[in-house]
Amino acid sequence: MKGYTGKYLRVNLGNGEIKSEILGEDVARSFLGGYGLVAHTLYNEVPDGADPLSPQNVLCLWTGPVAGTPVPVSSKYIMGARSPATGFIGFGISSGGIGSELKAAGWDGLILTGRSEKPAYVFIQNGQVEIRDASHLWGKTTWQTEELIREELCDDEIRVSSIGPAGELTTCLANITNDRNRQVGRSGMGAIMGSKNLKAIAIRGTGNVEVAHLDELMEYCRDLYQRCRGPATEKYRVLGTSANVLVHNRLGCLPVNNFQKGTFDQAEAVSGETMLATMVKKIVACPSCPIACDHINEVKDGPWKGTVASVDYESLELLGPNCGVADLNAITKAVELCDTLGIDTISAGATVSWAMEAYETGLLTKEDCDGLDLRFGNAEAMVEAVRRMCLREGNLGALIADGAARAAEKLGQDSYKFAMVNKKLEWGAYSLRSLQTATLGFATSVRGACYLRSGSYQVDIKGKVDRYHLDKTRGKVVSDGENLYAIIDSMIICKFTRGIYKTNDEIAKVIRLVTGWDMDAEEMIRTGERIHNMAKLFNLRFGASRKDDYPPPRAFEEKMYDEVSDGAIINRAEYDEALSGYYQARRWNEEGIPTKTFLEELGLDPGLGV
Amino acid sequence: MEAKKIIICDTEKCAGCEICEYVCSIFKEKTINWSKSRIRHIRIEPTFDIAIACRKCESPVCIKACPRDAVIGQEDGSINIDKDKCNGCGWCIEACKFGALKLDWDKRRVFACDFCTDLDQPKCVEFCPYDALEFTTLDQVGLESGKKAFKRVIEELE
Repeated sequence: MKGYTGKYLRVNLGNGEIKSEILGEDVARSFLGGYGLVAHTLYNEVPDGADPLSPQNVLCLWTGPVAGTPVPVSSKYIMGARSPATGFIGFGISSGGIGSELKAAGWDGLILTGRSEKPAYVFIQNGQVEIRDASHLWGKTTWQTEELIREELCDDEIRVSSIGPAGELTTCLANITNDRNRQVGRSGMGAIMGSKNLKAIAIRGTGNVEVAHLDELMEYCRDLYQRCRGPATEKYRVLGTSANVLVHNRLGCLPVNNFQKGTFDQAEAVSGETMLATMVKKIVACPSCPIACDHINEVKDGPWKGTVASVDYESLELLGPNCGVADLNAITKAVELCDTLGIDTISAGATVSWAMEAYETGLLTKEDCDGLDLRFGNAEAMVEAVRRMCLREGNLGALIADGAARAAEKLGQDSYKFAMVNKKLEWGAYSLRSLQTATLGFATSVRGACYLRSGSYQVDIKGKVDRYHLDKTRGKVVSDGENLYAIIDSMIICKFTRGIYKTNDEIAKVIRLVTGWDMDAEEMIRTGERIHNMAKLFNLRFGASRKDDYPPPRAFEEKMYDEVSDGAIINRAEYDEALSGYYQARRWNEEGIPTKTFLEELGLDPGLGV
Repeated sequence: MEAKKIIICDTEKCAGCEICEYVCSIFKEKTINWSKSRIRHIRIEPTFDIAIACRKCESPVCIKACPRDAVIGQEDGSINIDKDKCNGCGWCIEACKFGALKLDWDKRRVFACDFCTDLDQPKCVEFCPYDALEFTTLDQVGLESGKKAFKRVIEELE
């Protein structure tokens, strides 16, 4: 089997048993890799009712067939488990060199079970795998952990994925960092590592990566590299994703003050343009990436002088405008805290903004915030709140460490109405009421509020639909997006390369050249559909139903107020119809459950179907 | 004698993508294995990237360091490793101040960049997506730097 090593590791952290297992070609072709193998593993292995933070939960790391090859931006990996944040399927995809290194070490993936008695880390060096003591690393930041492991093992080329103190404290927002600036960010995968007493995974691989048609693949890559330097990726190369700040501000869909408004009067101060001119020290690339989108900021003056961190749109927006903050230095510092102490910047920003709204409406007092003046726009308070939530410090830290939904449960008094979540996961930086197709996509996402599952915001932003209203046809937009993105996330290639492929068959060609299979675009999209349904089945097993596919109350109950999207609101009847349209496009019933016949057609277990 | 061309890396343009390493192993070893690349990417966190290959030094210490005379200087300034003589002791690796030599762990011997002698330019240079790599002479690099500095002065005067 080409494109795969055909082997994965199974490590029981409880009894120390390490096994090599076979990845069959039938499973590989049916689920492709990455997201597909996460869904397949979790559906088959997580026991019914397993508490996410218990030793019964299964944590897996998978690569896809393109990892380790010269295909543009292919060195990616995914980690998945039942999410402590949502209770449903949890996973996050990261770049950097972990995926390629693991493939070169001879493994397609890694399944971790049980719980280590003492802090531990797993070290994989080609065929040698060991569980090592991590007592001396416990409490260290992710950046320190990377350096200490390389020092200890005397090899600077070791790639490390690790958690910070927040992961050790098993907060629902905890992420996993590798190669300093790349994260398995969403849905609390860092907490799963923490719950297993697993501080890090360190990998060194020096083997060959085999593909079916190397010469042809290289010729294709030559063409793809050129496309990566063309107009399809210009946005990412120049301003980076932060280019969205002014674009979204103009369209009235830039979340401001906890999603109350869609425009920011200080947008210029935090724009991608301003950031590039005043903050960006260098733009760097991940391995195998001809684009380079990673904008590394340096704080040049003020209390956070010397801070260096990678800042993208989502982090900037949610820790910035959505908290009313217009200070790029503060935003860069908050990102650094999140990356090193170990929480997701998106959830962090959307949770601090919730606390700020609770503070301004008087539900939270200054005393509740341990003296912090947590009003919108207070940059220093935002940074300090982030630090406290990472460390669960004080009253405020304890209240918000597990995200907005859980904080609202503790605070009560209708504060859940402005917790901007779906399935208890915080919303990304796209306004709900002025991007309504996006909202349908976010709310139906299997891992909770997420812009990365279908890219459904694109039809809104490009003006292809009436973004202030919903109708039945939007369901197909979301489900088509999900099927394609399931493939992108299973191969795994970077979504920023999606524009360089002119047709789906051009993506299938990559799979053909790497694996040698005769997979055409139709089979590929069908595979994406199978993968998405597998993930949905996992959620059904853990009690998902129609009520989980709705946006937060703010979407239906309050009108936006700003000069562009003034008065925008989601009509509940329209949303209901669009949601039913989505289920129909997916061939699910009105409760969002697939039929048995359909599951059999996809080659999936019909057990949970109707 | 013809001026020596070497692989120069513009550290401002190099983004650290390591595509040079992939490409090198694919064309030289007919497999994907960046640990067998003749050019080496180095990142010093957080923001410094460079790719380094053999510098064709005027007085190559790697040749002097080899106790078995396995490192042989070539006419173009590059080095060739005698497969039969090299036993992988690694003194040449230790001696090279640029980290341009590497040990092949399978064959247990040293290897170095041959600048894709049979081609117009090395494959890594051809494929570098950031145009950070250039196959040129040190004289030319100096001249280009001078031109750039002079242009800046002119622009400021204008």
